[in-house]
Parts: sequence; structure tokens; C-alpha cells
Amino acid sequence: MAHQDALIAQDIDAYLKVHETKSMLRFLTCGSVDDGKSTLIGRLLYDSKMIFEDQLAALESDSKTVGTQGGAIDFALLVDGLAAEREQGITIDVAYRFFSTEKRKFIVADTPGHEQYTRNMVTGASTADAAIILIDARKGVLTQTRRHSYLVKLLGIRHVILAINKMDLVNWSRETFDKILADYRVFAEKIGITTFTAIPMSALNGDNILDRSAHTPWYDGPTLMGLLEVLPVEDDLAAKPFRMPVQWVNRPNLDFRGFSGLVATGTVKRGDQIRALPSARTSTVERIVTKDGDLEQAVAGQSITITLKDEIDISRGDVIVCANAPAQVADQFETTIVWMDDQPMLPGRALLMKLGARTVGASITEPKYKVNVNTMEHVAAKRLELNEIGVCNVSLDTPVAFEAYTESRDLGGFILIDRFTNRTAGAGMIHFALRRSENIHWQALEVSKAARASLKRQSPAVLWFTGLSGAGKSTIANLVEKKLHSLGRHTYLLDGDNVRHGLNRDLGFTDEDRVENIRRVAEVSRLMAEAGLIVLVSFISPFRAERRMARTRVGDEDFIEIHIDTPLAVAESRDVKGLYKKARAGQLKNFTGIDSPYETPEAPELRIDTTDLSPEEAAEQICAYLQSRGSHA
Amino acid sequence: MSLTHLQRLEAESIHIMREVVAEAERPVMLYSVGKDSSVMLHLAAKAFYPSRPPFPLLHVDTTWKFKAMYEMRDRMSKEIGADLLVYKNPEALAQNINPFDHGSSLHTDIWKTQGLKQALDHYGFDVAFGGARRDEEKSRAKERIFSFRNAAHRWDPKDQRPELWRLYNARKHKGESIRVFPISNWTELDIWQYIHLENIPIVPLYFSAPRPVVNRDGTLIMVDDERMRLNPGETPEVKSVRFRTLGCYPLTGAVESTAETLPQIIQEMLLTSTSERQGRKIDHDQAASMEKKKQEGYF
Repeated sequence: MAHQDALIAQDIDAYLKVHETKSMLRFLTCGSVDDGKSTLIGRLLYDSKMIFEDQLAALESDSKTVGTQGGAIDFALLVDGLAAEREQGITIDVAYRFFSTEKRKFIVADTPGHEQYTRNMVTGASTADAAIILIDARKGVLTQTRRHSYLVKLLGIRHVILAINKMDLVNWSRETFDKILADYRVFAEKIGITTFTAIPMSALNGDNILDRSAHTPWYDGPTLMGLLEVLPVEDDLAAKPFRMPVQWVNRPNLDFRGFSGLVATGTVKRGDQIRALPSARTSTVERIVTKDGDLEQAVAGQSITITLKDEIDISRGDVIVCANAPAQVADQFETTIVWMDDQPMLPGRALLMKLGARTVGASITEPKYKVNVNTMEHVAAKRLELNEIGVCNVSLDTPVAFEAYTESRDLGGFILIDRFTNRTAGAGMIHFALRRSENIHWQALEVSKAARASLKRQSPAVLWFTGLSGAGKSTIANLVEKKLHSLGRHTYLLDGDNVRHGLNRDLGFTDEDRVENIRRVAEVSRLMAEAGLIVLVSFISPFRAERRMARTRVGDEDFIEIHIDTPLAVAESRDVKGLYKKARAGQLKNFTGIDSPYETPEAPELRIDTTDLSPEEAAEQICAYLQSRGSHA
Repeated sequence: MSLTHLQRLEAESIHIMREVVAEAERPVMLYSVGKDSSVMLHLAAKAFYPSRPPFPLLHVDTTWKFKAMYEMRDRMSKEIGADLLVYKNPEALAQNINPFDHGSSLHTDIWKTQGLKQALDHYGFDVAFGGARRDEEKSRAKERIFSFRNAAHRWDPKDQRPELWRLYNARKHKGESIRVFPISNWTELDIWQYIHLENIPIVPLYFSAPRPVVNRDGTLIMVDDERMRLNPGETPEVKSVRFRTLGCYPLTGAVESTAETLPQIIQEMLLTSTSERQGRKIDHDQAASMEKKKQEGYF
């Protein structure tokens, strides 16, 4: 710092010149407070950054009152007041900190949480170029070291630094250091970490952080800061084939049509042949436009706008790639999913996937296995809970351009969004595309749904009856079908109980099975509607997500959601099948309304309150609605 | 060709702005006329060029800003070609809320906090860009780039969406809104360097000049217009001062300074903090341990 201070005072212009050409490195620190992680980050901030007077005053007084260093400066306090955060009930997740040296600006992702460790660390790791894995020299390679290393590898962080800390507490023993190094190497190779740098240090005393320690004459490697300053940053990205997800189509006037995005990988030059995916149309780059003037070329990491020689149709979410080495396009993938939501991941449920600038409908299969992050063991699983990691296939409702995650974070990393809560429920990394879907081509049929329906002189529809057990769904649906039948309509009633005797006899009542139950029925009702029928579906269908899925499969125009809205108390008092009694007695598990939730429809086409209505009156109401809608006219 | 840290920060901010414009129904940029706002505006002009920024600027006005800020605001919005919306909380206006009679916290709450909520509801904006940075204070360090607000504009720190890679989840229900901070990863030094490098216009108040000030409990307050209430016997004196942050003039302290150029401002910022740090270090009783560290070559 001393010489920097001098330069600032003597020649500020020279100082600014130096600092304008700095590069930037993002890194992640893994370890718990006990390993000295906060102390290390605090030390890096303190040693390299200009700490402002208010921060310093706070640090000094905090060190005296709550510090753990006997009144001396407790660097850990610079990083955060974890206790204070806990008291305020603020979620401790990912915090970003900044410092810089003459050569580099650094962004540190710090993930102090213990409870949500996987989610937080994965989030912090997703943007990191390097990871510092802390090891307490007294303790050596622990379970958490293995967990951190696995996640670092999973998220594709290229540079791993093993910070063997608290060396002062083992008398700077070279044997201890070598032993830890050897232990770690064996484990690292097993999970595919081929290179890493181990540094003996004391974050508390500053040994081998900025300057070489006098205590480690046997160590000839770099200091931590020395290493952080020279690690290559995203240098490999520019050498890969050109890919740019289109974020926004730039049309200020009729004469200009540009495609704006951030170059994910590769280099693009004026005159390059490109291809737009998934359409596969080709053209030539006419201009690379920026406000500071046109560029001859642009590289990975730059935000640009390009124009093309030909007018081809490109919209947000498409990916512009070089024509000679285009990316693949597919709609089914094998992936690793990290689940981040309190609601578990249930196979088959409809989600949204955001990949690059595209958001598409997605569903996930049952996990092939989940990974125990402490032991790396593969464990059989039906679902993924919060913070669990599993390998699953993902199927999309439309094909997208992609890369394997190991090739490109921007084109291989995706988030999964819950359609109802809009929360980011999970994140994933693409391994490869599954070829299955490509080989099953959709058979175009010559007789259309409309043609089939017109033969019957009716409009096909799916009447989806949802409600608690004993609400009266089947009774009412039966009456509606009788009425329609007497009017000469061709109908079919799919009843929950009946279908469970045949098509769905292999399914139980767990959440996973309920999702699959509805998926199958939705598909069957869709086929029947395609055949021109008016389909009545009488299923409890307790989850909004699956009713939404059914609606999507059938199509909004033909889907009529009818909520048979009977209060639980009323349904239970009727208890036609004696099921509530059994459920209350604990003899029936996962019973909707008792120990399994019913999610009330938010906007059904029709809501029938049966409290004061007879089944006949309810059926009349539904028929009147159909009449008004012209559905069976 | 490897990018510098400022090029990377710029590209990231532009990427964020484009995501918002692509996904929001009615975005707006909060424009406070300060240096961070100036950088945001500059970035917006770059992000959408040759189009103009496809959103209006919103200034939640307290009527008590420095005159120089109003001049800058009107000039910049014209230059950038963006619509400028000025919102003044009508209740605050009717009740003549001001820092002298109502104190700083009430004044700020009614004009700014309430004013902002009203303005967002009034115009129906669903996404608002703000100029907050993560280096500003500890609690900001974990603020998301896309920060959600429920229909009552409340922020639930326990229910923040994880942000991975460059993927921002901008989906929301009707009535909910998002605050987006495109310059989250910039530090104060980055901001000043970028202003310097890109020649971004900033309010002249950041530069030192002779200005009439009064000393209130050690804080130098500029007498910017005739509404400034002077205490009995108090007379403004002209001092060479500048401002490190800008807000309502009766609530904003000036610092005595001779920095008249950007490099001088940056120099002053860097030296003030370092010398402060060194000054304080010696005060304390762990001087011995510090001495030891110095011997080992740390500082």
C-alpha cells in the first residue's frame, strides 16, 4: 500500500492510468468461520483496499467489545456481523465483497450460511473463476472439504486454491502441510480436480497472504494474493466458437434492425458467416454497433449489437452462432439439478426453464439418482428436496440451442422457475442432449380434430371437475353427462376411482404419484378431445400445478375447470365412502384435506358451491354455462 | 484481447438493463441526478444505442435539492432523449413538508420513500432501476441485483431469489414489482474512474468552488437559496467546498476541499481514507503488534 499511497499523492494521473487497465477476477471462499474464512476475507480487504474511516472505527470498537482476538483487530468482523444478522432474522446467504490491487479488481462471493449451504455455495460458485477452499491445518481434509470441492467441481470452477490455514498452530510443520496435500490430492483426483495450488498460511497473522512468510522457507509457491493476481480469467472463452444469446431486438426505425446481447463465447468479426438457432437460418455480420463506434470484432464478455446482411427472423431467446461450428439444438437433456425451493421437486410437474435469454416450459423426470454431497455416493430418489442434487432428464416444450455446461456456463446453465410462486426453484447444468425425441417424429394426421368434431356436430371440450373427496364431483359429473347424452352429445366420463383400477393401478397417493396420475389423465382427456368428444374428468386433482399442466396439454380454449366447492366439514359429514373416518383414524395416509393439501383453484371457469345446491341444480348450472359458451351447441 | 475490469462491469450492467427491458412491462429508471445516476444514464444510452433508452426517467423530487441538480437533471434528460417524469408527493406539497420544521427523517420519509411508492403506483411501473451499490454498506453486500417487492412495496429479505450465472428471474404476479440495481458490483472508485475515463457529465457541486456555507454542529451546510433558515447571528461565509454525495441541500454536508478536477477528487477520496486509517492505527494499544507486522513488511 505504501508505494500506492505515494503514487496517489505524487501523480494521480499515473495512478489512474494503472488502475484503468486492471483485469477482474471473481472468486469464492469455501469454509466455515472456524477455518478462519471470515478472517481471511477481512485480511484481504484490510491489506489491499482502502478502508474508510467509519468502517475502521467500527472495526476497532467491535474488536474490543465482541472480537475474539483479545481486543486486537478481529478481521472477521470486517466481513459481517453474522450474529447481528441472525438476531435480525435476515437470511444469511451470499454476500459479495470487493477489493482491488494495482493489477486486479476482485469480487469475492462469501457464503457464510450453514443450513442452506448447498444452495448458497452453488449460487456463489456460479459466477466464480476461482475458489479458495480453506482447511484448518490442525484438522486436515474433512467431510466439508470434500463437499466444498465437489460443488466447486460441479459448478465448473477452473482454479482451485487450497488454503491450508492456521499453520501457526501446527508450528509451521512441513510434514503436516505435505500430509494434507497428499490426502487432498487423492480425493481431488477422484472427483476430477486435476490441478490445484496449496498454500500454507496464517490468515490471522498475514503469513503468505500478501508477502512471503519467514516461517515457511520450505515453501516456494506463490502467496495467496500473488496467485490471485495472475490466475487467467475467462481467457479460454474467446477461443471457443462464437455464441451470443439475443436479449433484445433493437429497432429504432425501419432502417435499422440490430440484435443485442452479451457474447457468451468466442469472437465475432465483421463479415463472419453466422447462423441463428433454432431456426438455422444463415446470414453475414454486417456491423458490430456500439455507441462508441462500430467495432471490427467483439469477444466473449462484451455487450454488443450486431446487424446482418439479410433480413432473417430472429427474436429474443434465439442464439446467434458462427455458421461453421454451430451449437446443437434439442428439447431433451440429461442434467444435474440443484433444488433450491422449500417445495420439493416432483417429477413431471410443469416448470419454466430459463436458459440464456429464453424461457420455455419444462418438466423433469424422476431422478436417476441423487448425490450425497458429503460422500459423493449415488442414492436412489423419487424426488429432490431443498438443497439436494440429482441427475435428472429434462424435457422442454420447444427445442433450444445449448452447449454442455462444461463448454459454456451461459449456454449450459439454467434456472427452473415455479409457475405459481414465480420463485427460482432450482438450477441445473446440461450434460448432453437425449436423442430419443429426435427419432420419434410427430405423425401428421390428415383428419383433423375439427373434422372429427364436425361429424358429431359438437365442439369438443374437457370439463375438469376438481374438489375434495366427497364434494359431489362424480355425482354431478354423472348428471351432466346424462343431460348431454340426452341432447345427442357424444361424451365420456373419466372417473378418478375407475381410472385407478386400470390405467393408473400402479400409482399410489404420494405427491409424486398424484402428479403422474393427473399427467396420464390429462393426456387421455386430450386424446379424447382430439377425437371430438366432450370429456368429463372427475378427479380430486389437488395441486394447481397439475391442473395448469392439464390445461396446457388440452389447450385453453377447450379446457373448462369446474371447482366443486364443498367445505371440508360438509364433505366430511357426508363421508359417502367412509374414507374421512379412516383418514382421521390414521388408517389412510396422504388423504386430501386431512394430511395432504388441496390447493383451491384461483380462476376456475366455473365454481359450484354445493352447500345450498342439490346435485341436479348444480348440473343445470353447468349445462347452462356450456350453452352460453356454445360448447355443445 | 482481455477485457479490463471497467469493460466487464460495463458489459454486465448493459446486460442487466437489456434483460429488464425485454422482460418488464413498464420499466422506469430512478434518476437522482447524483454521480451513480449519471453513470446509470450513460450505461443506458450505450445499452440501447442507436435506440434511445426505452423507458422514462423518474425523479422523485423533494423540492429541496440543490439548484445545480435541477439544471443538470433537465439538461441530461434532454441530451439522452429520455422522457423525464418529475413526481412530487402532493401531500408533502400541501403540508409544506420541509427539513427545518419537520426534521430530516420525516422530511425524507414523506417526500422520498412515500413519494417513490406513490409515483410507482401512479404510473404503474413494474420494474424500477436504482443506482445502489453493494460496497456502500455491509447490509447491501448481499442485496440481489433483482430485488422483489410485494404489492405493498415491501421487501422480504427471507424470500429472495437465488441469482445464478447471468440468469435473472424477472417473473412476478400482478401488483408485485422489482427494483433492479445494474451497478451492484461497482465500487465508488470504479464509478469515479469510469466517469473520468468516459467523460461523463456530473453536477458541478462535486467539484470544489467558493460557496456560501454555515457551520451547523461541525457540518457545513450550503446556503443554496433564500429558503435556508439562518439562526440568529448566523451569517454565511464563503469557503472553498465540494460535496461527496448530493441530496436535499439543507441536509447535505460539504467538505472543505481544493479538488477542482476529477483526478483531484479521486486523489482526495483515496488519500482521506488512507491517512485516516493510518492516523487511527497509532492511537490504539495494540501498537506493539502492529509494529511487529510492519517489521514483517505488511504495510
